[in-house]
Amino acid sequence: MASGREIKTKIKSTQNMRKVTRALEMVSAAKIRRAQDLMRASRPYARLMRKVIAHVAQASTDFGHPFLIERANVARVGYIVVSTDRGLCGGLNSNMFRRLLPAIGEWQRQGVQVDVVAIGQKAISFFRRIKGVNLVGTVSHLGEKPKLERLVGVIKVMMDAYTANGLDRVFLTYSDFVNTMTQTPTIDALLPLPLVAAEMEAHQDAGESAYAGVRLEVGHEWDYLYEPDAQTVLEHVLGRYIESVVYQATLENLASEHAARMVAMKAASDNANKVIDTLTLTYNKARQAAITQEISEIVGGAAAV
Amino acid sequence: MTTIRVDVVSAEAEIFSGEATMVVATGEMGELGITPRHAPLITRLKPGHVDVLLENGERQQFYVSGGILEVQPQVVTVLADTAARASDLDEAAAQRAMNEAREALANRSDAIELAEAQARLTQALAQLQALERLRKNLKH
Repeated sequence: MASGREIKTKIKSTQNMRKVTRALEMVSAAKIRRAQDLMRASRPYARLMRKVIAHVAQASTDFGHPFLIERANVARVGYIVVSTDRGLCGGLNSNMFRRLLPAIGEWQRQGVQVDVVAIGQKAISFFRRIKGVNLVGTVSHLGEKPKLERLVGVIKVMMDAYTANGLDRVFLTYSDFVNTMTQTPTIDALLPLPLVAAEMEAHQDAGESAYAGVRLEVGHEWDYLYEPDAQTVLEHVLGRYIESVVYQATLENLASEHAARMVAMKAASDNANKVIDTLTLTYNKARQAAITQEISEIVGGAAAV
Repeated sequence: MTTIRVDVVSAEAEIFSGEATMVVATGEMGELGITPRHAPLITRLKPGHVDVLLENGERQQFYVSGGILEVQPQVVTVLADTAARASDLDEAAAQRAMNEAREALANRSDAIELAEAQARLTQALAQLQALERLRKNLKH
C-alpha cells in the first residue's frame, strides 16, 4: 500500500487541478452570456440580409453575377472552417473536424482540389498538418468580441478565388450553438447561392423561414432600379451577405466554445472531486492500519515482557 | 396617411423598426426620398445620415458609415455598415490572411494523411466517450 505521504501529495495535486478546472468553468459560465448576447444582437441584420438576398434572387436581372450561377463542373472547392483558438472544450473541434474530413475525402476521391481557409488556432494547426489540402488563408485570436474587419481578409480570399473561376463551390463549417448542452457541427453551402437556396428549402421550418414576412407582388416580372448599376450593387450586396453569414458563424462558434468548455470543465471538476474522495478514503485507511499495527505491536511487546 | 415599414439594422444591433411616412437617405448617386409604394430600388449608401419621418411628424435621424438600402413597395431596409470600409483596405486584409497561411505552412513539422487524421480523431473521441462512461459508472 502506498505510504501516507505519497497519497497526501496526490490529493494535494488533484486539489490544485480542481482549482484550475473550477476557475475555467466559472470563466466560461460568465463569458457564455456575453457571447449569446452578441449572437442575438447580430441576428436581425442576418435575417434582413437574407430577406434582401431572397428578393434579389427573385428579381429578373439581366446581369448574371458569378455568385448566382451554379457551375456544372466542379474542379476545386473551398471550405471556410471556423474553430476555437484554445482547447479544453471537450470534443467541440474534434467533432467538427470528424464531420469535415469525410466530406473532404469524398471530394478528393472525385479528383477535386480542396482549399481551406482556417479561422481560429485549432483549425490552423489541424489543417497545416493535413496533406493534400491547401491552406490558403488563416486568421486567429478574434477575442471575445469578434470584429467583422478581422474576417474580411479571409473571406475576400475565398470570394476572389470563386469569382476568378478558381473555386466552384464554397462551404462554411462551424459549431452551431443549439443550447448550452448541445452544439452541432455544421457544414453549410455558401456559394453559389442557388445551392444555398436549395439547402434552405430542404430544412426550413415555418418560424425561421427566410422568406417570412416578405410581401411581394408575385405573378409579374419585376426588377430593381439599380443605382449606379446592377453589377456594382449586386457585387456589394452579395459580398456583404457572405460576410454577414461568416460573421454570424464565428459568433455561434464562440458561444459554442464557451458552452462546451463549461460542460467539459464541470465534468473535470466532478471527476477531480471523485478522485479526491477515493484518495482520502485510501489515506484514512492507511493511517488507520498504521495506528492499529502500532498498537498491536505495543500490546504484543508489553505481553512479551 | 399611408405608411411604409422601415427596418434599420447594423451587424451589431437593431437600430430602428417601425412605420414611417418617408425615408431620406444618401445613396451613391445622390439624396433619395422614399415614400410608400416606391418602385423596387437597391443601392449602396454613402456615409451620411438616414432620416426617418414618423407618422406623428417626428423625425428620427441615424448616422451610417455606409451600407445598403433596399426598397420594396411596402418595405424599406437599411443594412448599415459598422465601420468605414475601403476596397484597398480589404485587399490588404486578404493579403495578410494569405501570408499568415503561408507562414503557418512554412513551419509545419509533420504532415499527415487525411485518413490518418481521421483515425486519430476517432480515437480521441472514443477516449473521451470512454471517460464519460467511466465517470457515469463511478457515480453509481
